[in-house]
Amino acid sequence: MLDLYSPGTSYLHRLGPGPKILTMMLGGTGLFLFDSLPIACAAFIAIAALYPVAGLTAKQAWAQIRPLLWIFAIFFALQWWLSGLTTAAFVVIRLAALILLASLVTLTTRASDMIDSLTHALGFLRPFGANPAKIGLSISLALRFIPVLAQITQEVREAQKTRGLERSVIATALPVAIRTIKMADDISDAIEARGYRP
Amino acid sequence: MDTKSIVYIALFAALTAALGLMPPISFAGLALPPITAQSLGVMLAGSIAGARRGGLAMLLFIALVAVGLPLLAGGRGGFGVFAGASGGFLLAWPISAAVIGYLIGRAPAAGFTLMAPMIAFGGIIVMYAVGIPWMAAVAGLPLTKAVTIMLAYVPGDLVKVILATIITRGVRRAYPAL
Repeated sequence: MLDLYSPGTSYLHRLGPGPKILTMMLGGTGLFLFDSLPIACAAFIAIAALYPVAGLTAKQAWAQIRPLLWIFAIFFALQWWLSGLTTAAFVVIRLAALILLASLVTLTTRASDMIDSLTHALGFLRPFGANPAKIGLSISLALRFIPVLAQITQEVREAQKTRGLERSVIATALPVAIRTIKMADDISDAIEARGYRP
Repeated sequence: MDTKSIVYIALFAALTAALGLMPPISFAGLALPPITAQSLGVMLAGSIAGARRGGLAMLLFIALVAVGLPLLAGGRGGFGVFAGASGGFLLAWPISAAVIGYLIGRAPAAGFTLMAPMIAFGGIIVMYAVGIPWMAAVAGLPLTKAVTIMLAYVPGDLVKVILATIITRGVRRAYPAL
């Protein structure tokens, strides 16, 4: 449902989420350390070349950049005005490269695999008193709550409409807040009643 | 951590995500972070769930965004957003929520005139203190220019502070034991 994943069988799809996330973090930091236009251009071309390797189309790569075009345009204009054409081109190309790199990871990794490896990776927090299983539960609960919240808001909005209060933000927001907190208390009682001991 | 805290953390992370379903206002003249309803979620996480639960709820939220779920307003997500202009504001969310929760935890029965400044401090001042230098660094802007740009966001944030204060006081009246 809430997943940008694009199915495939390429090497990048089969690679574990851990190495991909690490590579992305190192690559992103590297681009900020070596700030020169040729390196940014080379990185951009190299990352764009990985899209066909992962079996992704040019259309998918473009879809990652397109929503940000106007941001690029304004960055470019501001930078051109403040520090010249070279810096402007550099800032925009570096940003585009970073976004393509991050999207590549997201497009080739299932969200559920990401969550599993995140829960696993959080094992190092165990000595500090954090429990990865509890973090896993909170992740699953949060994802389940999103559609429930949308539904509760819809119900409250309809109820307030019959009272002629559809224009009041508070008349919707307050009952939604109180109902969801009541729901959270009920759910935590239900979890405890079933003997949840992670 | 008790079960109730886990559920509350999940709830406020989800609330912030659900607020992202409202369309963001992105104004082309000032490209940078969009005005969204999501910072209301940050304020409420702190003011209703408290410092610890609220801070952790926002940490959970940005972790979910980082792993690539499109939970930010306008369907954005993935590591790329942290490299963008709004990255610093996102990273400030857990700090903001924790500061608001801490302040209100010290005066839970505060009236409107006391609670609103507490929420404004965490939700505006703390958030901008982290977000603006980040934005300046990413966009290569001088700090003063970045501050000027962000002034455009203050009116919207003040509206959210007022809403958060009214909602928090209402919820605390309905749930005195919160």
